[in-house]
Amino acid sequence: MSDFWSMGGYARYVWPCFGFAGIVLLWNIWSARRHLDAAKIRAARALAMAASEAP
Amino acid sequence: MWTWFYKLASPPYVFGAAAALAPWLFGAAALAIAYGLIAGLGIAPPDYQQGEAFRMIYVHVPSAILSVTVYTVMAVASAVALIWRIKVGHAVAAASAPIGASFTLMTLVTGSLWGRPMWGTYWAWDPRLTSELILLFLYVGVMSLRSAFEDPARGDRAAALLAVVGVVNVPIVHFSVVWWNSLHQGATIVTLEGPKMPGSMLWPLLSMWLGFMLFYGAVLCIRVQGEVLNRERQSAWVREAIKS
Repeated sequence: MSDFWSMGGYARYVWPCFGFAGIVLLWNIWSARRHLDAAKIRAARALAMAASEAP
Repeated sequence: MWTWFYKLASPPYVFGAAAALAPWLFGAAALAIAYGLIAGLGIAPPDYQQGEAFRMIYVHVPSAILSVTVYTVMAVASAVALIWRIKVGHAVAAASAPIGASFTLMTLVTGSLWGRPMWGTYWAWDPRLTSELILLFLYVGVMSLRSAFEDPARGDRAAALLAVVGVVNVPIVHFSVVWWNSLHQGATIVTLEGPKMPGSMLWPLLSMWLGFMLFYGAVLCIRVQGEVLNRERQSAWVREAIKS
């Protein structure tokens, strides 16, 4: 098992490489969800304003 | 044919289709990436020259392919939006830009980590590396330009123009290793003689590539919903959409 983690002496390059890729994938999910939630809030606010301004 | 085209470009249709597709694409991406990681890290044999360091290929190459693919999608969507004045085109382009930028950054960072043990340096002003860095600047430029205008429609048009002009960099990234002397290795998967890797190394790579593509599709589906909502805030269908 330690052979696996040592990656033939390249562990300090291989694991940060996969770690950074994982961070980018997670950031994409988090940021896309946040973007959609913010758009929904803005749309709801615009609809509420339009409804309050209606005669 | 045109009815199909305009139905596909209708904001409520795109919003609904994206919401329905996203979970399936995430599921399929997770399966493909899980297989790619297990087989790439645990089953594929070490490379006869690079040893275990070659395993960085399983994130570097898929992210590099995605960085140019997403730019191409962004440029085509921008061109469609400019030519046919289809708002969804701008939404797809705006949704693709941050995803593409993040995958270009991933390509540069993972390539740099791979370059250190193989070339003895994290960075060189090599044609492939430099054109990939220019690709990142193009993504940042497109995003900055879009947000630089108070009128979102003008921002969309300016960003679309830059995206279309910048697509000239895509073949430069791809052929840089052919046209100029480069530290970077040439094509490994798509060559006239077929892939230069044995199946045990190739299948995990193809699976990771597929997983990253599906992941892009999934994230695009979520982002594009937000972009469509931002552009269609005043439309009647939005009331129903945000309730769900």
